[in-house]
Amino acid sequence: MKRRALLLEVLRAPGAMATLGLAEWDLLLRQAEHSGMSAILSCLAEEQGLLDLLPAPVRTQFGWLQAPVRRHRQAVGWEVRQLARVLAPLGVPLLLLKGAAYALAELPAGRGRLFSDIDILVPEAALGEVEAALMLDGWVSANPDPYDQRYYREWMHELPPMQHARRQTILDVHHAILPRTAAVWPNPALLWEAALPLPGQPGLRVLAPVDMVLHSAVHLFHEGEFEHGLRGLFDLHRLLVHFGADLGFWEALPARARALEVERSLFYALRYTSLMLGTPVPATLLAAAAGRPPAAVLALMDALFGRVLQPLHPSCEDRFGGAARFALYLRGNWLRMPPLLLARHLLHKALLSPRRKEIAG
Amino acid sequence: MSPLSDLARPALHAALRDGNLCLRTGPFALRVRSTLPAMAETLALLYADYPAALDAPFADFHIHLRRPRGLRRWVRPQVAFDMDGTVPFQPLPLAQAFPMFEWVCNWYISARAHSYLLIHAAAVEKNGRVAILPAPPGSGKSTLCAALVCAGWRLLTDEMTLLRLDDGRVQPVPRPVSLKNASIGVIRAFAPEAVFGPEVADTTKGTIAHMKAPRDSVLRAAEAAAPAWIVFPRYEANASLRLEPIAAARAFTRVAENCFNYGLLGREGFDALGRLVDAAPAHELHYGQLPEALALFDRLAATP
Repeated sequence: MKRRALLLEVLRAPGAMATLGLAEWDLLLRQAEHSGMSAILSCLAEEQGLLDLLPAPVRTQFGWLQAPVRRHRQAVGWEVRQLARVLAPLGVPLLLLKGAAYALAELPAGRGRLFSDIDILVPEAALGEVEAALMLDGWVSANPDPYDQRYYREWMHELPPMQHARRQTILDVHHAILPRTAAVWPNPALLWEAALPLPGQPGLRVLAPVDMVLHSAVHLFHEGEFEHGLRGLFDLHRLLVHFGADLGFWEALPARARALEVERSLFYALRYTSLMLGTPVPATLLAAAAGRPPAAVLALMDALFGRVLQPLHPSCEDRFGGAARFALYLRGNWLRMPPLLLARHLLHKALLSPRRKEIAG
Repeated sequence: MSPLSDLARPALHAALRDGNLCLRTGPFALRVRSTLPAMAETLALLYADYPAALDAPFADFHIHLRRPRGLRRWVRPQVAFDMDGTVPFQPLPLAQAFPMFEWVCNWYISARAHSYLLIHAAAVEKNGRVAILPAPPGSGKSTLCAALVCAGWRLLTDEMTLLRLDDGRVQPVPRPVSLKNASIGVIRAFAPEAVFGPEVADTTKGTIAHMKAPRDSVLRAAEAAAPAWIVFPRYEANASLRLEPIAAARAFTRVAENCFNYGLLGREGFDALGRLVDAAPAHELHYGQLPEALALFDRLAATP
């Protein structure tokens, strides 16, 4: 294996930023930019108290990021307050997922993490009235294609993405964390039972720490697209380091993964965070058999994930990168639906959807 | 760093090919890469006075212009901005390589440099005082800016005014002045000594040509200056000269409409804009004749 990518070195040991020369910064900033992690890097430098030690042009670039970070944090808070206002009269509980949860719960994973979609979880029984209330507030389905609408509503774990007509914000309304058609289906009732109120934000909840980690893992390792692969892996690293300070967390994690049927995702999460980012995972968990795929599969997955979780930059790409992304794209779809349904879906996307667009256009 | 003109042509070509030509424009370091011969020629002409280096370890912005792969190499050739392996924008016809370079520079600045309030405006300076000329396209902003610069005002920018958030001064980022259509002939006639890059026809804005920034403006790119006037130019054929004051509150909203990052900066942007309209009285300038407009600017500069 070639040398570890510079961005990975820095994410493993942020203190190393103090020793980098300008040429290394030139490369590091571009690796971070293309991985969607520029602001995360600047927040890491600040958190480590390194800003004053950095070369002037780097401090300048990090300075440029302060306004977008502040603005993003403010905008997310505001959007979430709007959602809470819309859903409050329905008496429907509102649970924040992923980026919005990290930001509002003020977790280290949220620092500098700029994201474009807000993800929420609502009880499936309330999906209809939630959607109606959101539409009255100006949220519209971003994709009117009837097939896509059906795809989401019948088979997926979320409504078709909604967009606010005036603010353009994208909202994903989930009722579960994996598609209805996936082979494993973590029961949302379990997630709701363990969910925690968000301090200082009446009516808002977030997943319990173990569930938050497992959702993050499921999201990353069931995905077919890895544009933000490294960022997703770093989310996991930050969550594990933060929650892992509590010893009870590591004990609860494997049992919870079993209950939610996501042991494979947890296995990958612990394996690749510890391998690539040096996350301090207890050795007993790394050695545990639960979720470990057969040796041949694991060797293949190491080759695939070892590539797609690299920084998205030509300096980190070998000639198998494209093949690895394609293989995992297929795998992501494979995990989402049973084979026949998947064949039908891909056939429809390949043949009918483009034609329909042509006719409509 | 020594000026780009010190670099012999073969060395320039090699540096552009290898992607280690670093140019400084105002506070920004650009690293440029391109094997397109037209890029080397136009850079050598219009960026002759800019500080250049071949071994600079760090650049703020990286611009790689290349021809797209595949059929487009031969059929209606194009130029694409390659950003570390991604092509974020539609390629343009090959002849538009240099306008694309300028446009990508502007895009980088407007998308990144948020330690400034970024105003879509030209800015020129005389006697330490800056006139900011915000305006939508078609208002004659660039024409007026080019003429002022040819008449001895210092060019701070023709396209994007960088108002520093910490001290409210205008940070120069002098680059070639982009002129369109009839303006090209107007400025050539007004200032026959001005140096122009090639005229590029059939862009989305019609024919474009870039006028070289005066050497003095380029050398003084580190000298920020305080804003003194905001002038909204409005060219109207044969109109007589008219300078109408604009109330500060109105000026505030009109400048805000011309900002790239006013909303993003939040409170900081609001405060910076408030200080600007307090310090620099705003006017709308209707003009039909360049010499009249220039005389008016000189009267402004002469006021104590």
